[in-house]
Amino acid sequence: MPDHSIALAHQFDDIEQQHESAALGMWIFLATEVMFFGGMFLGYAVYRGVYHAAYAQASRHLDVLLGGINTAVLLCSSLTMALAVHAAQLGGRRTVVLFLLATMLLGSVFLGIKGLEYYHKYEERLIPGSHFEFSGPNTNHAQIFFSFYFVMTGMHALHMIVGIGIMLVMTMLTWRGNFSAEYYFPIEMSGLYWHFVDIVWVFLFPLLYLVDRS
Amino acid sequence: MSAEPISIYREHYLNVSYGVRSWLFTKDHKRIALLFLASITLFFFLGGAFAVLIRLELLTPQGDLVQAETYNKLFTMHGIIMVFFFLIPSIPAVLGNFLVPMMIGARDLAFPRLNLLSWYIYTIGGLFTLGAIVSGGVDTGWTFYTPYSSVYSNTHVIATAVGIFITGFSSILTGLNFIVTIHKMRAPGLTWFRLPLFIWSNYATALIMVLGTPVIAITLLLVGIERAFGIGIFDPRLGGDPLLFQHLFWFYSHPAVYIMILPGMGVVSELVTCFSRKRIFGYHFVAFASLAIAVLGFLVWGHHMFVSGQSPYAGMIFSLLSFMVAIPSAVKVFNWTATLYKGSISYDAPMLYALGFIGLFTMGGLTGLFLATLAVDVHVTDTYFVVAHFHYIMVGGMVMAYLGGIHFWWPKISGRLYPEGWARFAALVVFVGFNLTFFPQFVLGYLGMPRRYHAYPPEFQVLNVMSTAGASILAVGYVLPMAYLIWSIRYGKRASDNPWDATGLEWQTPSPPPTENFEETPVVTWEAYDYGSKEKVKEPQVA
Amino acid sequence: MPEHIVEKKTYYAVFTGLILLLAATVALAYIHLGKLNIVAALTIAFIKATLIILYFMHVRYSSRLLWIFVGAGFFWLGILFALSFSDFFTRGWLPLPTGWE
Repeated sequence: MPDHSIALAHQFDDIEQQHESAALGMWIFLATEVMFFGGMFLGYAVYRGVYHAAYAQASRHLDVLLGGINTAVLLCSSLTMALAVHAAQLGGRRTVVLFLLATMLLGSVFLGIKGLEYYHKYEERLIPGSHFEFSGPNTNHAQIFFSFYFVMTGMHALHMIVGIGIMLVMTMLTWRGNFSAEYYFPIEMSGLYWHFVDIVWVFLFPLLYLVDRS
Repeated sequence: MSAEPISIYREHYLNVSYGVRSWLFTKDHKRIALLFLASITLFFFLGGAFAVLIRLELLTPQGDLVQAETYNKLFTMHGIIMVFFFLIPSIPAVLGNFLVPMMIGARDLAFPRLNLLSWYIYTIGGLFTLGAIVSGGVDTGWTFYTPYSSVYSNTHVIATAVGIFITGFSSILTGLNFIVTIHKMRAPGLTWFRLPLFIWSNYATALIMVLGTPVIAITLLLVGIERAFGIGIFDPRLGGDPLLFQHLFWFYSHPAVYIMILPGMGVVSELVTCFSRKRIFGYHFVAFASLAIAVLGFLVWGHHMFVSGQSPYAGMIFSLLSFMVAIPSAVKVFNWTATLYKGSISYDAPMLYALGFIGLFTMGGLTGLFLATLAVDVHVTDTYFVVAHFHYIMVGGMVMAYLGGIHFWWPKISGRLYPEGWARFAALVVFVGFNLTFFPQFVLGYLGMPRRYHAYPPEFQVLNVMSTAGASILAVGYVLPMAYLIWSIRYGKRASDNPWDATGLEWQTPSPPPTENFEETPVVTWEAYDYGSKEKVKEPQVA
Repeated sequence: MPEHIVEKKTYYAVFTGLILLLAATVALAYIHLGKLNIVAALTIAFIKATLIILYFMHVRYSSRLLWIFVGAGFFWLGILFALSFSDFFTRGWLPLPTGWE
């Protein structure tokens, strides 16, 4: 029986096919993101292997407290995101909006703390490039560490910003009543993206901040 | 099947709406396929223009047509345009976009708007790269090796890298769309092993596009960052390792060459069966071979780095794996040959291209084994042997398959028949021109002529002149189809639903098809390529 | 087909686990374990990622097809790492100058 709901796109036969296709499509996209970040992780790993001493020394310049707080902030945001999807599955509107707002707020806190950390690095002259200064035997190798630090966390932050933008759109659409218990997939797919960005940070934190703290 | 009189007032995907907006904002996969056709044809002739300049310079041993730096730009632009802007999109974005939904009985791809976005992204990336070319080009080679590309080159590396970065997302979106569509939108009864092998090939290609392209994206990004900020990720002066770049680059770029052949193999499977009037020999083997090529293709990239300073132990592993990846390709060649055996062969233009593919791809593939052999590669790497090897596969293989596919499905796409006589002639011109261009290059490489040099020792001149002569013939062979295909849009004989009497769901729709493809979703109860059960003899429809 | 709706208490449990694992990661970093430090850190990170994928991202309740694609992404990354390391880790096996410090 053809599904006449407005949400059904014409190329699909029923809403279930559309939902499954959306989920598969989103996971394929996340697989591309794994490979994208993965290239950076490879570069990071190769140089950690050969320049371990410089990595350890450079890593100690990162603020574990701020990094740890940020990790906890992101984990909280994943919780609020999961709860937002949960509320959407039950057809809620206000609850969904509240949880989405909480997610965006936590994401913004993360970015704020990140910005603060970047500013500290700027003051300490640890931004790679012509003004880089590092007191230690291997300035070049430390610069490599900080290059990966900035590229990887910068790329992650960019994905966070995009994620917050997506959440903004989802919030507005939810508020306008576009979704229901039968059709909430965009929120669910956005949630997948958000959780993925969280997972990237789960790996970035120990690899960048906790190289050798003992 | 007799030709029914086609009412010229029948509505189909081309005449359902008119105007630029109806094309630029279309969601119809068939129109998007034609948008891609236009774009990649432009880039093909641009890349070909660079090739002409290269071959003109190489007519004489001295570097007299252009300076060395300019020559470096010529082969770089030729490579970048042909690889990223022609070959990688070619069959998937044109024939795949058009045919994948139709072959599986669907109304469109899973994500039509992503499909349109894919074209826009391709166009924007193309414009960036064209801008870089017009501003003076790039001279690093399409391989962008560091630290030359990231530190020393004085050309527009970042602009070009941005262009390729952007275009990569076009590839990713196409692949994503194909994978979801093929998994989720097959017609009732159309099980995996009833699918046309064109679908299997495009599916395998899509897997590579999705898993490999992101890595070159991040790699080019890192090169750009190193260049812009003077940091040392790949720069040895600052502790970086140029081989890290090469590993990351080739992790994508080797599987990319399988993106540039698998769809062609899919086309050949369709052509060989139709024009032998036979089922494919060993359907399952061919299907699984496509997947095997896609997977194994990710394990061999180090064979581009045998003399780079890579560990010899890694070299041995990559050499062994490279031998293994040849096996599924060989399986396909055996199966196509067995399909031809005792078939009822007709030599229409698409079949000529398919037969040419089988021979030339086999030669290219076998020479790949030479290159996979560590000890031989030490001598022929970076010579014209390599150049000949990959042109045999990409031009003798993929481009011929592309042309064969364009001809085969032209009646479906345009509703017109192309002139068969001219098409057969053009196919022969392409074949002769191709071999005259590239066979001498095998000899040149074996004799030691290095690639990417605008000057060479005088004893190599005869072979170079032969190669250039062949290139001029090849150029004629490519211009001819442009001319008569465009001619046929207006003046070609109108095509029936199934002028080749081929199997496949796409042939059960009118030519050209309506926007929705099928009035009713078909229910499939038959196996693929059931040519043997067809009792009628094909009625030739020659213009 | 009714979508499996995960109970809220499952989410809270997973979240608690994630925070505890975060604390463990930080604590272990300050203990000298030599080569095992990185092993411990990555192991915990993988466990956290698995929890997020299985529960927050609903993969535990999804089709096998989805499991394959989830796994494929990480498996392919593994290929990139494994074969690249086959170069970087075996360079020192030769009695030749490698050019590193």
